[in-house]
Amino acid sequence: MEKISVDQRTIKEGDYVVLQRENVFKAVQVQIKRKIIFEKQWLYLDSVIGQLYGTSFEVAAGGTLQAPKQNPEKNPKGTKEAGMDNRNIVDDGRSQKLTRDDIETLKEQGLKGQEIVQQLIENSSTFRDKTEFAQEKYIKKKKKKYDNTITVLKPSARILALMYHGREPGKICYLRYDTLAQMLTLGNIHAGSKIIVFDTCAGLVLGAVMERMGGYGSVIQMYPGGEPVRAATDSFGFPEHFYKTLHEFPLCKVNSLLDGTLCLDEDQKEAVSTVDESNGTTSNAPQDSVQKTEEEVEGKGDSAQAAPEEDSMEVTSELPKDREKEERAARRENKAQEKKVKQEEKRKKHKEAAALLQERNADGLVIASRFHPTPLVLSLLKFVAPSRPFVIYCQHKEPLIECHTKLRERGGVISLRLSETWLRHYQVLPNRTHPMLLMSGGGGYILSGMTVAMDTATSSGPQQTEEPAPKRQKLQDTET
Amino acid sequence: MSFVEYGEYIREGDIAIVFLGHESMFPVKAQHGTQTQTKYGVIRHSSDLIGKRFGSKVTCSKGGWVYVLHPTPELWTQNLPHRTQILYSTDISMITMMLELKPGSVVCESGTGSGSLSHAIIRTIAPTGHLYTVEFHEQRAEKAAEEFREHKVAHLATVKNQDVCKEGFGVVGVADAVFLDIPSPWEAIGHAKAAIKEEGGRMCSFSPCIEQVQRTCLAMHEFGFKEITTLEVLLRVYDVRSVSLQLPDFGEGDSAAERDPKETGSGQQATAVCKSCVTPRGMAGHTGYLTFATKSLF
Repeated sequence: MEKISVDQRTIKEGDYVVLQRENVFKAVQVQIKRKIIFEKQWLYLDSVIGQLYGTSFEVAAGGTLQAPKQNPEKNPKGTKEAGMDNRNIVDDGRSQKLTRDDIETLKEQGLKGQEIVQQLIENSSTFRDKTEFAQEKYIKKKKKKYDNTITVLKPSARILALMYHGREPGKICYLRYDTLAQMLTLGNIHAGSKIIVFDTCAGLVLGAVMERMGGYGSVIQMYPGGEPVRAATDSFGFPEHFYKTLHEFPLCKVNSLLDGTLCLDEDQKEAVSTVDESNGTTSNAPQDSVQKTEEEVEGKGDSAQAAPEEDSMEVTSELPKDREKEERAARRENKAQEKKVKQEEKRKKHKEAAALLQERNADGLVIASRFHPTPLVLSLLKFVAPSRPFVIYCQHKEPLIECHTKLRERGGVISLRLSETWLRHYQVLPNRTHPMLLMSGGGGYILSGMTVAMDTATSSGPQQTEEPAPKRQKLQDTET
Repeated sequence: MSFVEYGEYIREGDIAIVFLGHESMFPVKAQHGTQTQTKYGVIRHSSDLIGKRFGSKVTCSKGGWVYVLHPTPELWTQNLPHRTQILYSTDISMITMMLELKPGSVVCESGTGSGSLSHAIIRTIAPTGHLYTVEFHEQRAEKAAEEFREHKVAHLATVKNQDVCKEGFGVVGVADAVFLDIPSPWEAIGHAKAAIKEEGGRMCSFSPCIEQVQRTCLAMHEFGFKEITTLEVLLRVYDVRSVSLQLPDFGEGDSAAERDPKETGSGQQATAVCKSCVTPRGMAGHTGYLTFATKSLF
């Protein structure tokens, strides 16, 4: 146990890591001799291997990262002198004695960021007249520009959510990290549960759920189209055994699963027939509609492969060409074999996921997508056990209003709550404490609730109207 | 059932949440031969609770009905007996994610208070993590330990009755995360640092007043904590309603024919109905500032 934890502390080749500079993050995989661009700088991660997570590196010439210095945090000297106010500071554009070229030369000489900042301070004629606060601000600004310290971090939901929100919010449906945090809590995501996740947020929500499950229990990822998207999920760098608890099921087969027409043996036949086709032999296996749609989605590669193969059968004249063709055919055969294996695996996975779903006893449902939430919830809630929480994220409020109404009509849910969180950051410094920026609107909305047993008989309990007409609200409150 | 593991049916000794309405629910401990009074009548545990599935509808003696729910830390937060001011789920969510809590995490917390956050932490770090929680008030510490036993999570938490500012957390170099909700967190920053693992970890301090935050940030800086950030999360809840707006009457005329088909009624009482969101009149404008920091290697 101890050994494992020690092992996890050091950075290894192939690890998924997050690079940090100031407030900017980038997720990368550590690979030998691989060029990475980060914040307009080329780097190689070779030298970070074997170091501890959380270590800071300085980017040296040629993009290699230099081993950590013990105390990089030493303040530039000579900042004791300071003015009281800015009444005599004139913006003449000539306060900085160093020219752009001078700075470039300094950079080329391989000066550390810290040293360049020191040079800039020494050559600023107004620096000494600035107030103490303004000096600090000046240094901070210059440091940001010239200090090239990069920290290598272990990925986590916090860091990846911050990163995606900062870099590519469009890819995660503008899901802000505080909203993601709410979802995980409202969904009561914890080890040992069986959670259904549908996310078109590059797999960020899926990853966050998996992190909270810690490899215990099971996650069923519903996905649209041909393949589940897991770009962000992979960035978490989960150990192999986490993936054993992760299942996937295509959204386009949910209806057939629900009405019991999903037949996985038919799938078997269909897969054999597609492989046959790609091998050039025509199979006359009966094709049903399910198979056709399946082929439309996944079989495109097959048909493209099958066409040139037929050519190769016809040509028999030239020998070298023939050999070449044979080789190509063999390669194709291999590919087809590979594909067959893959499809076999995929079907097996679907079967497992279908079995898990069919029990209809999931412990939670988490949706964060660019699709309309209403049909998703109405279908997927059928797989969830009673007395379990569900959370739906949407960038916009209106679809969730509709969803709220539809769920109320459907019944089987209580404690429906439409909410939003606001996040405010603060600058906390002696005598300069104030809110930084108000982030609002962009964080998205959440509809959450709890499943309960569906009504079999229409009972007229007093709680039936959870949504009283505005005028009668008071009256009802006193009644109940 | 337990707070860290879902169960399907209510068994003797389980905690169930009796749900009467959005604003009205309470926890009960299912025990044979016991009765619980609600405004809809009596619930007899032997026949109405034990053996029933969580989430089912239970008809009470007066013909009204309630739902019985599986306990979760969030439901507990809404129903727990307050011994102190508590943290609510909005702040708890942020704390859990920003402290990077997950199964296996070792967490130090002080004060335990009413155990609202404690239950959420235990839920997240189970089954392999551990919570060391310190409460200087003897009765509160005892009560918390008792609750953990009753909720079948005692193996995941250790409650210590001591002053965190003077004696620390009682553990050193083991924690992945530390959480402080005490009046003078700056006095406990050193102990927090000591409690965190050598290779580093995260910490958070919750304070209602900005002066507390300032002193805490200074102390964090002095003790070498990095990435010090202070933030505030506010929850906005919306009530989905059908809103009807009365339409103005311009009298008889040609344009009367162009009226919106949605409107109902005629003459003076014509109204248009639309679905909308209403924000409650009162909402929590401030709970506390959350200050996060990282203890890093160097």
